Amino acid sequence: MTASPLFDTQEEQGLQSTVDRSSGRSKLIHSLYSRPTSAIGTSIFLIFLLLALLGPIIAPYAENQQIVSDARQPPSSEHVFGTDNLGRDVYSRVVLGARNILLLAGLGTLLAVLSGTVLGLVSGYRGGLLDEGLMRFFDGLLAIPALLFALLLLGILGPSSSSVLMVIVIVYTPIVARVVRSVVLSVKQRGYVEAARLQGERQSVILWREIFPSVLPVLAVESALRFSYAIFLVASLGFLGVSVQPPTPDWGLMVKESRNYVDQLPWTMFFPAAAIAILVVGVNLMADGIKRFLLAPD
Amino acid sequence: MSAESSVLVKVQNLTKYFPINKGILFQSHIGDVKAVDDVSFEIYSGETLGLVGETGCGKTTVGRTILRLYEPTSGHVYFEGIDLMSLNESGMRAFRKRMQMIFQDPYASLNPRMTVGSIVAAPLDVHGVPDGKDKKERIDELLDMVGLNPDFVNRYPHEFSGGQRQRIGIARALAVNPDLIICDEPISSLDVSIQAQVVNLLEELQGRLGLTYLFIAHDLSMVRHISDRIAVMYLGKVVELADRNEIYLRPLHPYTQALMSAVPVPDPDIAETRHRVILEGDLPSPAHPPVGCNFSTRCPLAKEQCFTADPEYREIVPGHWVACYFADQFVK
Repeated sequence: MTASPLFDTQEEQGLQSTVDRSSGRSKLIHSLYSRPTSAIGTSIFLIFLLLALLGPIIAPYAENQQIVSDARQPPSSEHVFGTDNLGRDVYSRVVLGARNILLLAGLGTLLAVLSGTVLGLVSGYRGGLLDEGLMRFFDGLLAIPALLFALLLLGILGPSSSSVLMVIVIVYTPIVARVVRSVVLSVKQRGYVEAARLQGERQSVILWREIFPSVLPVLAVESALRFSYAIFLVASLGFLGVSVQPPTPDWGLMVKESRNYVDQLPWTMFFPAAAIAILVVGVNLMADGIKRFLLAPD
Repeated sequence: MSAESSVLVKVQNLTKYFPINKGILFQSHIGDVKAVDDVSFEIYSGETLGLVGETGCGKTTVGRTILRLYEPTSGHVYFEGIDLMSLNESGMRAFRKRMQMIFQDPYASLNPRMTVGSIVAAPLDVHGVPDGKDKKERIDELLDMVGLNPDFVNRYPHEFSGGQRQRIGIARALAVNPDLIICDEPISSLDVSIQAQVVNLLEELQGRLGLTYLFIAHDLSMVRHISDRIAVMYLGKVVELADRNEIYLRPLHPYTQALMSAVPVPDPDIAETRHRVILEGDLPSPAHPPVGCNFSTRCPLAKEQCFTADPEYREIVPGHWVACYFADQFVK
């Protein structure tokens, strides 16, 4: 039997798809820049990303370079953000600190998302005692405020960047797992999942092929949001002095150290603090834009 | 079907109860929804067995339990003599390529985020491409077989109409050359004109590929058209099973008689004058089926024995099975 003379009408055979086939990525960029809030947020993030990538190249001074003769200078043409009490260039430290904070928060978020996704998928699909037990355990973890919990863990693990990573993973995995699990619960009853089970598809294949694509949009939005929270968490831990140690240029740490001299050298607190605030808000706005794009009611 | 046809599937005393549990923390089992209650029948190779009944009679559950989508509470399903219930997961997986299902809802049964090509290819990924062919070739062949343009391979389900989506579902069911296809109300959600197209396609495919169908439906006229034999279910039990013509001309069970009298007849004179059997009352709850015959609460013929003991499901005339105390009087 040759192609479809029996069934498809003339119109159907010549059907031109009305679906827009431009790339998803270009549509995302377009959508992000269509509103002022997400456009600003995305731009902020991209600028900081650029700073992080190009850091060592564009920073005029090394991160711990102390020029004692220039110490305690307000912003000038030589030192755009001024210098601190040890003669370090604040601008360079902010630029180089971007790399640290984005790396730490980014990697931590990535790991938390990975572990949360796997746990959420398996727990949501299998259900039963495993699911119940895991979710109640996560409920317990989530009942503890993140910062307090982080301090507790860092007290045990000792301050270092790998400890901070571990803390981010432990604190954020339950949240991601919950979000993923809720999508799995709603999707696993659907007809096409049943059809896949009838085919004898293995559970891992079903989770990856049938269920995960429906999880992805929600996961992407949640990940972006977690990223902004993670940045703030890293900065907070730095501020409390339990993250990386001096002289590493960590924004939170810089704010902490500047407290002793803030009445004399306000710029040493202002610029790192502003960096933290701007980046967190920027990533948050970007996450909102991603959410509008992916989860818009259609 | 001739008596020499081999039995492809034998369903024996199949039972599926869904437990009713009470309590939040410590659940106690207080009853069961008896969706399928001791059902037995055979499906011959190459035939179409129609399975009819009203909503809630258990016909869909029978189909799914045969495929072990639900684990049966008790009973057996033999596929070419092999007891499916005795197989473990990997053993069952090998059998899955011989029995497939077409679903009722063409919108829900296709993954909206997969292209048509991947949907149809999914069984090929699990079981391998039959005859060692190239996967892409096989997909094109399948789409062509169901009357879809193979150029549509990269389209998504939402770009198709309901009838086309159902055809995609049929292509998926055919992908690994099954012997048996369970059609779970495949046309109930389609427009009437499209229903005819899909049924014609199913018949054509049966002739071409030697398929065996279990056709589950509640549209009696359509079932009459496509089936070789018909089984009637009521509240989890099969009440009658016979050849298609036999069951229409000589229904022996009062429930079947009521159903047959309700089938529309194209001739207005006959439609006016024929005797309609109208059933009183409602379908009893499958969690609390009546003591005795399940149909006793609505049956116009019910007598004392019907309320106390379930009638035996027996072969009253060769090839014609009934479960009713009064069947003999209708056998002319």
